[in-house]
Amino acid sequence: MSKLIYLDNAATTKVSEQVFEAMKPFFTEYYGNPSSVYSFADECGKAVDEARDQIAKTIGADKNEIYFTAGGSESDNWALKATAEAYSNKGKHIITSKIEHHAILHTCQYLEKQGFDVTYLDVQENGEISIDDLKAAIRPDTILISIMAANNEIGTIEPIKDIGAVARENGILFHTDAVQAFGHIPLDVDSMNIDMLSASAHKINGPKGIGFLYIRKGIRSGSFIHGGAQERRRRAGTHNVPGIVGLGKAAELAAVSMKERAEYEEKIRDHIISRILDEIPYVRLNGDAKKRLPNNVNVCFRFIEGESMLMLLDQNGVCASSGSACTSGSLDPSHVLLAIGLPHEIAHGSLRLTLSTDTTMENADFVVDKLKGIIERLRSMSPLYEDFVKKQGK
Amino acid sequence: MYSEKVMDHFNNPRNVGEIEDASGVGTVGNAKCGDIMRIYLDIDDNGIIKEAKFKTFGCGAAVATSSMATELVKGKTIQEALEITNKAVMEALDGLPPVKVHCSLLAEEAIHAALWDYAQKNNIEIEGLEPPVSDISEHEEEENY
Repeated sequence: MSKLIYLDNAATTKVSEQVFEAMKPFFTEYYGNPSSVYSFADECGKAVDEARDQIAKTIGADKNEIYFTAGGSESDNWALKATAEAYSNKGKHIITSKIEHHAILHTCQYLEKQGFDVTYLDVQENGEISIDDLKAAIRPDTILISIMAANNEIGTIEPIKDIGAVARENGILFHTDAVQAFGHIPLDVDSMNIDMLSASAHKINGPKGIGFLYIRKGIRSGSFIHGGAQERRRRAGTHNVPGIVGLGKAAELAAVSMKERAEYEEKIRDHIISRILDEIPYVRLNGDAKKRLPNNVNVCFRFIEGESMLMLLDQNGVCASSGSACTSGSLDPSHVLLAIGLPHEIAHGSLRLTLSTDTTMENADFVVDKLKGIIERLRSMSPLYEDFVKKQGK
Repeated sequence: MYSEKVMDHFNNPRNVGEIEDASGVGTVGNAKCGDIMRIYLDIDDNGIIKEAKFKTFGCGAAVATSSMATELVKGKTIQEALEITNKAVMEALDGLPPVKVHCSLLAEEAIHAALWDYAQKNNIEIEGLEPPVSDISEHEEEENY
């Protein structure tokens, strides 16, 4: 196998050296429980506090509004379930979109079973929700709007500021799943009127199993995990100190490097996209050409299926992902690709490449070069392509 | 996730291609679900399968099961070919992950569909052969790219 080219940074990222170094002392040296009384645990308590502050600064929040969780999915579950419960006397209507992560969609389905009413907004072809649709969906009993900051598959950045403004005007809470956006694009909870925000460390070169939920001061949201006084009595459980330190460091580093990193990644992203569109026939770009995450490439190749493509890329040392049914473990391709209007068979041929600052232009060219051969090979054995060519010949 | 045999048949698929004026062609599966298999058979006057080729749109397991199925039917009589079950295809590949078992069923169906086409063309009845159920007509409508 040739050397590894990791282009699945939306799935997870490498822990950076600086983050790893920051975490290390909290495994074997400062292993105390921050909730303990003795001075040995002080160092741990201070570290947790500092991380909270580091994170809060990156989104314009107060440190007391940051609640540590075990990751993005927990944050999403918490934001929806506990808030819906706390505000159920005001109303039982929630608005979200069809392209949310399953941590949102499945939680909404759960809430529907509990008697809540959920509107799933359609998205436009580029993956953006329409503000007019949002306004039209608002009812007197709407208590919560939950729209992701950026989509994990097609990279589309949602009009968060406009959504926040609509929510505020109507006195509705606004939660955003920012798991893919946090540390990648600027987010400011005040100017964007964000009331709750979910994020995760492992998408920004931090460790797995740690994330946070921002909850604006004054919002009623019940305890999600019961059993202790941690996190202002809202989330019990001994603090994952090394994880929290890692998240704080990763958030700080991501904020500092954001602009430069985005410029670097965008250059490679746009190079890959334009080479694929120019050099491979019967292909389309999914998502928006401009309003997309700096590190996201998502394309569909017609007449071929995603898993085969991933297996052949893997043989060339390239890690990528696809929204095909085979990779989702069901018979349906990605709900996001279907929501932007793609027919099933085209959605099956999707490829997502998500870059990092480790990705070089040379890597990008290598992948596109390999991809050309892979697509040609799979099409040469595709009955759909055979039918298409015969039809063209007529 | 896949056995070495599956990987071998995915990486070096046997019998990829078409047969011009094939004795029988069977296409099964559905682009909506992400798998379509087409098997071509060349059957001689004695009812022996001389050649088998395939084209497949699908995952790694779909390619490997098509490849193995065409290998298994070559040189067989029609009756022998009919007896090749999805289990036989799976066993020959040293097994498939549970979520991929349907690929082997598709391979069995594709052989049956090709034999059905042969029977139709020659106006003969093959004992124990049912008309194929799958069709791929759905994908025809959605070619507005």
